[in-house]
Amino acid sequence: MKKKVLGFLLSATMVAGMLAGCGSAAEAPAATEAPAAEAPAAEAPAAEEAAPAAEEAAPAADEGKVLNISAWNEEFKSRLTDHYPGYEVIDGTTGKIGDVTVNWLITPNEENAYQNRLDELLLAQDSAAADDKIDLFLVEADYAVKYTDTDYTMPIKDLGITDDELKDQYSYTQAVVTDSNGVLKGTSWQGCPGVMIYNREIAKEVFGTDEPAEIQAKFSDWDKFFESAGELDKAGYDVISSTADTFRVYQNNAKLPWVNGTQIQVDDNLKKWVEDSKKLADAGYCNTWGQWGEDWNKGFYPSGKVFAYFGPAWLIDFCMAADVSEPEASVANQGGWAATEGPQGFYWGGTWICAATGTDNPSLVADIMRKMTMDPEVMKDIVLKDNDFVNNRPVMEELANDPSYQNAVLGGQNPLKMFCAGADKIDMANLTAYDQGLLGDFQTAMGDYINGNYATYDEALEQFYTLALQRYPELTR
Amino acid sequence: MGNQKSKGNNNVVKFNRWGYIFLIPFFVTYLIFSFIPLCSTIYNSFFENYRSGLKQIGPNFVGIQNYVTLLGSPEIWKYLVNTLIMWVGGFIPQITIALLLAYWFSDPSLRLKGQRFFKTVIYMPNLIMASAFSMLFFALFSDSGPVNQILLALHVIKEPYKFFQYVIASRVLVMLMNFLMWFGNTTILLMAGMLGIDSSLYEAAQVDGATASQVFFKITMPILRPIFVYVLITSLIGGLQMFDVPQILTNGRGNPTDSLTTVIMLLNRYLTSKDVGRGGALSVFMFIVTGILSLIVFRINSTREKN
Repeated sequence: MKKKVLGFLLSATMVAGMLAGCGSAAEAPAATEAPAAEAPAAEAPAAEEAAPAAEEAAPAADEGKVLNISAWNEEFKSRLTDHYPGYEVIDGTTGKIGDVTVNWLITPNEENAYQNRLDELLLAQDSAAADDKIDLFLVEADYAVKYTDTDYTMPIKDLGITDDELKDQYSYTQAVVTDSNGVLKGTSWQGCPGVMIYNREIAKEVFGTDEPAEIQAKFSDWDKFFESAGELDKAGYDVISSTADTFRVYQNNAKLPWVNGTQIQVDDNLKKWVEDSKKLADAGYCNTWGQWGEDWNKGFYPSGKVFAYFGPAWLIDFCMAADVSEPEASVANQGGWAATEGPQGFYWGGTWICAATGTDNPSLVADIMRKMTMDPEVMKDIVLKDNDFVNNRPVMEELANDPSYQNAVLGGQNPLKMFCAGADKIDMANLTAYDQGLLGDFQTAMGDYINGNYATYDEALEQFYTLALQRYPELTR
Repeated sequence: MGNQKSKGNNNVVKFNRWGYIFLIPFFVTYLIFSFIPLCSTIYNSFFENYRSGLKQIGPNFVGIQNYVTLLGSPEIWKYLVNTLIMWVGGFIPQITIALLLAYWFSDPSLRLKGQRFFKTVIYMPNLIMASAFSMLFFALFSDSGPVNQILLALHVIKEPYKFFQYVIASRVLVMLMNFLMWFGNTTILLMAGMLGIDSSLYEAAQVDGATASQVFFKITMPILRPIFVYVLITSLIGGLQMFDVPQILTNGRGNPTDSLTTVIMLLNRYLTSKDVGRGGALSVFMFIVTGILSLIVFRINSTREKN
């Protein structure tokens, strides 16, 4: 009898344990919701005390208490932390604006992870609890169309923002986030005209001068670029860190969009990138590693022996200024860089903020957009503190002509005139929803050709099509 | 008497019942987490079902179209060959070293000291996550990484050797990682098998004057065969599903020239478009390939046994 009871108890515990396992899995979302819902309530008294101070930042009281922002890196977070009035940091992934908790959902871009997560969140937007709904999300030009051309993104007008408030922005920044019906669905605080950023020390040693105008003369087109690269090579320097560095320059000057209807097309200028890069790599004038890695970064330090990088203002501020405060650590620390236009104008990157349809914090979202992307005071502050290029023509033109504005990383140079001229020339007519995937696959396949692993360009092109069709079943060759 | 006997039978039935009850958790778990997904994978493989941007396409029934496209494209065969090359290249050193170590550890006449320590150490690499291990190797063998620095300092090479730009070098790195991660595990399995061999057989062999290699090939190996086959088949299944090491090492690109791409990495690439149909077809294909290869391995070993 005892044995029976024991046996029954044992098996009952086991089955119950197993079912408990299932149960907790099903309940998990509810469990995570609970603390989120409790959090604002628990903090309410504290928020009330702080209310007078944060009053101007606090939005309409009847809106949600949690603002969810989806991003792929820390850039916008640091901008908001530094420049949005009333933003308080709580910890690495949360902050507070008035009594609203700001929740950062940061997923890296690698392997499409950011978009995969954002897709799931947006598709679940209707059924999500108010505090779990995405309110703001960030996109890049390479895939902005994928989101702006759907109803998941809110028109800026619906947030109460008028055309008059947007008039100072560079028109290309609006073209990126305008959908196929001509409705504006996002806004950006930055403009990303790119320049060639070169190392002054190396310029003096090899070319006898570090004056931007004289260096520009040596790099004014791709043939001269190659010649000068040869001179640099003789002195033991690489002209650029990687062949990937010039990709954006060629890609932006392409005439064809990546996809026509459903057909993938490769512009001649991209083929020219492949050929020029192959020439550079075969001559040993630069390396072929991927961007962002340790190897690529090493030119940021004097021992790296890299002459130039191609990039916009954010590259200088966000990447090249690494270790700027450490004594004699990086080139940036010594103000050792200078900027010039380089062979061709281009743009690279940029971050747009979009409001998700169904947001429960529309007025706070509108206020963030206004303050960060339209308020000249805040935007000027961003330039002065972070040397970013902001999306406000009067502010940029004023600073471009202001002799007191100096960029310490660029040895006191004021590069803004160059950036302003570049920003006006940017043409965004060629964007498609597939750009990010396709240009990544193109570089992967062509990288192998440049490294000599494929014998011909056509073989590499074949590989590009293979990769592209694996990624996008709806496209054709 | 008869009464007694039937009571005994009754007890057996009752105990059996407990046996069934204790089996329930396994079967329920298996049903929910393995069998149902297996069936739905097969079902989904007959549909066109993916996402274009945020727009859902399908599901539309397309018959065996997904299989035709998959098996008709040359890359699937290339990836299968990649996978097998990298598995075989890792498995041969793995099984050789594991056999040798297991033999040494289980041989009482050697009286190895610090066995416990070494058994722990050789198992260590398996405790590290494959992805972390892969990241480590990526950093170690990068163009300006420590391995190149050491080789440069020793004047073995004049300029950095670009490991990740050569097919053979990168494949060898993957094989090396798989070998390092799994030889400890295999050693322990084989050792368990060897320790189970009756020591009187060894003593008898010694008395008869057998050499060490005769003992190994005539006694240890034949008795070890069931464990050996088990190791071979589990490793084959694991090898066919190779994913994390090459994925992290090449950032999902399978560089150079797609020759590090394994079949499961292709499955991962379908994720961009959430392509359930093609993914399903690929999974079913792998299921069949794994089944066939396992059967072949099993056959070869059992026929040898008959001889």
